[in-house]
Amino acid sequence: MLKLEKRQADSRLMSYVSPLIAIVLTLFGGALLFSVLGHDPLHALYTFFIAPLTNTYGWTELGIKVAPLLLCAMGLTLCYRAKIWNIGAEGQFIMGALGGSMAALQFLDAESRWVLVPILLAGTISGLLWAALAAWLKTRFNANEILTTIMLNYIALNALLYAVHGPLRDPAGFNFPESAMFADAALLPLFSDDYRLNISILFALFFTVVIWTVMARSWVGYQIQVLGEDAKAARYAGFNTNRLTWFALLVCGALAGLAGVAEVSGPIGQLIPQVSPGYGYAAIIVVFLGRMQPFGILLASMLLALTFMGGEMVQIEMSLPKSLTGLFQGMLLFFLLAADLLISYRIVFQPRTARA
Amino acid sequence: MPAQESTIRLHLSGIRKEYPGCLANDDIELLVNAGETHALLGENGAGKSTLMKIIYGVIKPDAGKIVWQGDAIQMNGPAHARQLGIGMVFQHFSLFETLTVAENIALSLPAEESRNMEALSKRIREISAHYGMALDPDRHVHTLSVGAQQRVEIVRCLLQDIKLLILDEPTSVLTPQEVRELFRTLKKLAAEGCSILFISHKLDEVTELCNAATVLRNGRGTGRCNPQDVSSEDLARMMVGEDTPLNQNYQKAEGGETALSLNNLSFTPEDPFGVTLNNLNLKVKAGEILGIAGVAGNGQDELCALLSGEEITRADSIELLGQNIGAMSPDQRRRLGFAFVPEERLGRGAVPNMSLVENTLLSSSHRDLKANGWINYRKVREFSRDIIEKYNVKCANEYAQAKSLSGGNLQKFIIGREIEQQPKLLVCSHPTWGVDIGAAILIRHALIQLRDEGAAIIVVSEDIDELYQISDRIGAICDGQLSPVKPTHEVGIETLGQWMAGQFGHDSANPSTVESAHA
Repeated sequence: MLKLEKRQADSRLMSYVSPLIAIVLTLFGGALLFSVLGHDPLHALYTFFIAPLTNTYGWTELGIKVAPLLLCAMGLTLCYRAKIWNIGAEGQFIMGALGGSMAALQFLDAESRWVLVPILLAGTISGLLWAALAAWLKTRFNANEILTTIMLNYIALNALLYAVHGPLRDPAGFNFPESAMFADAALLPLFSDDYRLNISILFALFFTVVIWTVMARSWVGYQIQVLGEDAKAARYAGFNTNRLTWFALLVCGALAGLAGVAEVSGPIGQLIPQVSPGYGYAAIIVVFLGRMQPFGILLASMLLALTFMGGEMVQIEMSLPKSLTGLFQGMLLFFLLAADLLISYRIVFQPRTARA
Repeated sequence: MPAQESTIRLHLSGIRKEYPGCLANDDIELLVNAGETHALLGENGAGKSTLMKIIYGVIKPDAGKIVWQGDAIQMNGPAHARQLGIGMVFQHFSLFETLTVAENIALSLPAEESRNMEALSKRIREISAHYGMALDPDRHVHTLSVGAQQRVEIVRCLLQDIKLLILDEPTSVLTPQEVRELFRTLKKLAAEGCSILFISHKLDEVTELCNAATVLRNGRGTGRCNPQDVSSEDLARMMVGEDTPLNQNYQKAEGGETALSLNNLSFTPEDPFGVTLNNLNLKVKAGEILGIAGVAGNGQDELCALLSGEEITRADSIELLGQNIGAMSPDQRRRLGFAFVPEERLGRGAVPNMSLVENTLLSSSHRDLKANGWINYRKVREFSRDIIEKYNVKCANEYAQAKSLSGGNLQKFIIGREIEQQPKLLVCSHPTWGVDIGAAILIRHALIQLRDEGAAIIVVSEDIDELYQISDRIGAICDGQLSPVKPTHEVGIETLGQWMAGQFGHDSANPSTVESAHA
């Protein structure tokens, strides 16, 4: 008979093995799905996970998608370490894109690269303010941040739709719900004219290092971890819980906002309704898959970025729907949560008879 | 009862129970005779509770034999145990507070017996009168004192034809007077032939009450003896094992300037189950230990939280070294020389999943361990190593998680962390609760030494022996009010007991008032 038994202490090894188990199970699940749909599972998995990365172009595209995921994920890490369950990176990302676009549209004739500074700042601050709403609701009214941030995501999405259908719509755009194309000077510099990869990946890597240093070495990072691990100890030590909540949410909002504005003034170059393919939600999976550790989060953001590319690839090559991306992300999280049970529990075989 | 089977009532042999990673009971032998009051002694974690639960059928042993009145049996759960005539009073009562005494008792009886409430009330009255336990069957349980609630539990057991009564640390929640009443009842029960299994780690109680004892240590039996024949020293030796010095007498101190004063401190907690503090006035002198006795839940938690700054109040109601600190945060108070050892070690005094190094930082960050918002982990690590070495904290190394330490070692670490900050005022809540004797002695030594260096210390505890041992002055808290505080040698156990029961009056000689309060 199989039986779950509580472990003496949490297994550190299993906390690293569990994401690998989740990935393997996701691959099996995917293979099963593809064969049910009547495709050769190996070929389909190859198309989904490997074909996108068989050339330099693919790797640069991966970088484009890693950047927003990484920025959102690092902000979320800060929140989740404090056990502040911010689900709102998506909304903060959208508001960043919206605020940044409003700034960029003021500079349609700009020649100087310096216009990027106000544009990026506008996006970052928009994301920060959006997160500030959730922080205010939580610290002032003790409103659950899971609910408020999810609701704020929908408000942000509708604000975006209103903007592209109304005030920000390109007058010369044949009524398409899109803003005007940004000026070239308002676009983030590229590494090479052959690829779309821009310097947002450097922002992402830079802030990964910054956030990690804050967590590992700074007093505020320490307080955030104590608050998350043991709120009573934080109270005993006299930490200001409200101030920590504000800090974590504002930093996360700012980073997600930066990711948002880097998207519109990067690969897209204008504000469009589908500015985010769900980076803010995928970043949640990134954080948990990456075990809230910097290197893990980096690897996980690459894997999640790949699911976005794989979805497009199977759509192009095999005429399968792009929504497979969401399916794979969902399976990944599902299997991860299941496999995480093995961190605190182990499976033991117990013969039924041997009971005294 | 035939004489033959009356001798041995219960005989356990070779009892073994293993939990994942912990051998709670290993090859234990226990023999209880009829009419015997048998003590089961051992420190926390020695395996007493596990053995009790095996006898009462709550858990099944992995191996071993249970012989009840001559028959080998398989215990099939508490109902089976009750049927055999075994009753148990747990440390935590299982009573419905909104029901009356009689209704509570009826709930545990077979349906046919509980129909006639009139008859049941009559029986409750008879039994409680017979055993000298004042109990009114129509009172609601929430109006009863803790001692009276315990009597409800005991009467519940006595209603059946009881042959063995198990009591799990029954005195830990009682005032000294209530303890004496309980003992009178138990002696009468034993005289009528009921066996009693009495779990405790208080040696004087065992010596007073029991005529047999089994001592457990680390899940194994270390001996059986008659507490009447051996000294408390010997019993303690069997419990502790090694050659730890068992008893100290500390010089009492006078104290000097006032370090802390409470001025009409009142507090209404947000928690509806909290205790309202009412006009507390207290002065604590530098260089003295002030002990505050009291049964748990009488305002100790609220008082400690107010002292530590976890709860804040009017600024001038708490004064530390001339400064009004009532409205200050814990951090600000620590900068003025305050330190605090909370009752909960894991999950307040230390973060379970964090290392000792990180836990060192928890309350001592103001001691030059960080600069400009960045932590100097080299210094923190040195500090934690100092604590570990000086307070003999047994751990893998300074990076061990707090939760991996035993209660005693973690407490030594926390006490060390607070004392090494050289506080001017240290507040300790239950400093040696659940700690092994060796660690308890080290902790008491450290407190006395800190006192002699001129710090003011408040010890809040339920352990009266310990308070008498280390306090220079002593008082009690009851229902959010403080008793008078007097030098320890002027306060007899009798007086302290009355204080703990809330009787702070000056004509204190009449203990019967305690009883009449429940009648």
